[in-house]
Amino acid sequence: MQIYLPIAEVSVNALLLFGLGGIVGLLSGMFGVGGGFLITPLLFFVGVPPTVAVATGANQVVASSVSGVLAHIRRRTVDFRMGWVLLIGGLIGSALGIWVFNILSALGQIDLTVQLSYVIFLGFVGLLMFQESLRSILRARQPARKITRRHQHLLVHRLPLKIKFRTSGLYISVIPPLLVGMLVGVLAAIMGVGGGFIMVPAMIYLLGMPTKVVIGTSLFQIIFVTAFTTVMHAVTNQSVDMMLALLLILGGVVGAQFGSQIGARLKAEQLRILLALLVLGVCALLALDLLWHPGELYSISMEGRA
Amino acid sequence: MIRLLALLLLFAAPLRAEEVVAGLSQTRIAITASFSGSDILVFGAVKRDAPAPEGPLQVIITLEGPPLAVTVRRKDRVAGIWVNTDAVTVSRSPSFYAIAATAPLREVLTETEDLRHAVSIPRAIRAVGSGVEDAGVFTDALIRIRTEEGSYILNETGVDLAEETLFRAQFIMPANLTEGAYRTRILLTRNGTVIDSHETMIDVRKVGLERWLFALSREQPLIYGLLSLVLAVVAGWAASAAFRYIRS
Repeated sequence: MQIYLPIAEVSVNALLLFGLGGIVGLLSGMFGVGGGFLITPLLFFVGVPPTVAVATGANQVVASSVSGVLAHIRRRTVDFRMGWVLLIGGLIGSALGIWVFNILSALGQIDLTVQLSYVIFLGFVGLLMFQESLRSILRARQPARKITRRHQHLLVHRLPLKIKFRTSGLYISVIPPLLVGMLVGVLAAIMGVGGGFIMVPAMIYLLGMPTKVVIGTSLFQIIFVTAFTTVMHAVTNQSVDMMLALLLILGGVVGAQFGSQIGARLKAEQLRILLALLVLGVCALLALDLLWHPGELYSISMEGRA
Repeated sequence: MIRLLALLLLFAAPLRAEEVVAGLSQTRIAITASFSGSDILVFGAVKRDAPAPEGPLQVIITLEGPPLAVTVRRKDRVAGIWVNTDAVTVSRSPSFYAIAATAPLREVLTETEDLRHAVSIPRAIRAVGSGVEDAGVFTDALIRIRTEEGSYILNETGVDLAEETLFRAQFIMPANLTEGAYRTRILLTRNGTVIDSHETMIDVRKVGLERWLFALSREQPLIYGLLSLVLAVVAGWAASAAFRYIRS
């Protein structure tokens, strides 16, 4: 069943889009990632113009994050206070990121920058998570050798402006979460993603938040960042395709529900190792694309068309 | 009396001994949500006041989507990775271009006539000055990519011509049509020279919901953006609520 997308001006199979939305929604519900880093490349692949893919991808992420976060709110696994702190940082970072994005666009190297930052960040984050979760799985297998201390005194605890994050069971300075939020905001603006795949590990390893509240809190923050991005794209270059978004969303919300069910049944370590593998897989594909001799050396991009 | 009649006839058909009379199966294409391409039949006849001159009559029909500027980029290996380096801007390149003819183009049209009427695919495209030495390679790449995706079609036996008078050609328009006026040209040639041409437009427009969404996104982008958000939030909430209802 073909459907004509009014903004993208292409005709695409509706079931295919529904399926893509579903897969991304499933992963988003399981891991608390918005799925922006998956949906955008997938849309390129089915022939949607890049600007439309980026903008509409952000819109789809809003829906799947809303769907996902509601399940987490009911399970009381959203740290709202932490979410707001991350969000403030995120919006500051996003503004910075847009500034950097425009400079790079003017230099004509934005495509490469985006792809390289995907490879570097996905690779770094993926490896870190993979190694850490592998270690914790192995540790869990060896029965009770040494119990790790719950309260490690890191830098996070020595900075001023301490706040109690009750849901996370933390009493830390607001400076690190603000910085994490900012970093994610910058990357969100440059890479066109919600930033969940960076925020989730950052919250676990840098802030020391318990894994079970990390996903809900990440989704909470992603909703606002991607909502902001969607409106910005709609206003500045009219590239949000509502028809495309609707199909992706329908698939996505269904997928997200199943995803959060599966996620709730898996152990935290298993969840982390799966996300690590997913992140590494996407990283490898993007890296190969940069390294391999392309089949077609030339590419066409339209001008004067939003 | 006979002389006067001859004079009148001379005025009635000045210079053109042969003339195209043409029609289209449709002059409007409506793009709806379920639009999956369209067939266009171009047909017509050659009107003659005098006996046909020497040499076979040939017909060329072109169908051209709205021209847009495009940038063609080339990747090169820089420090081990493939990066876009050179780029050439093609100031005018139709989003869709189909040619049908009665015989191979180089038999029915001379180089100079092609240049004058911009008929063949390379002539229909216009590249502007660029700093790149081998700019021609870029337009070749543009044609190659567009041909592969079915946006540029050359069918050298696509026109049926009967008795040097009646002709018809069928065009299959793809599903990925850009909105706009599509120029249809019918060229009559003899010995490679264009003796008459006829031009009409096909109006390709979005209708219904497609039209409404497109117009809103252009005219009220903020409202459109907020509406997209509302759609997303409502869909997300509804799905969550529906699943809870199913489970309970």
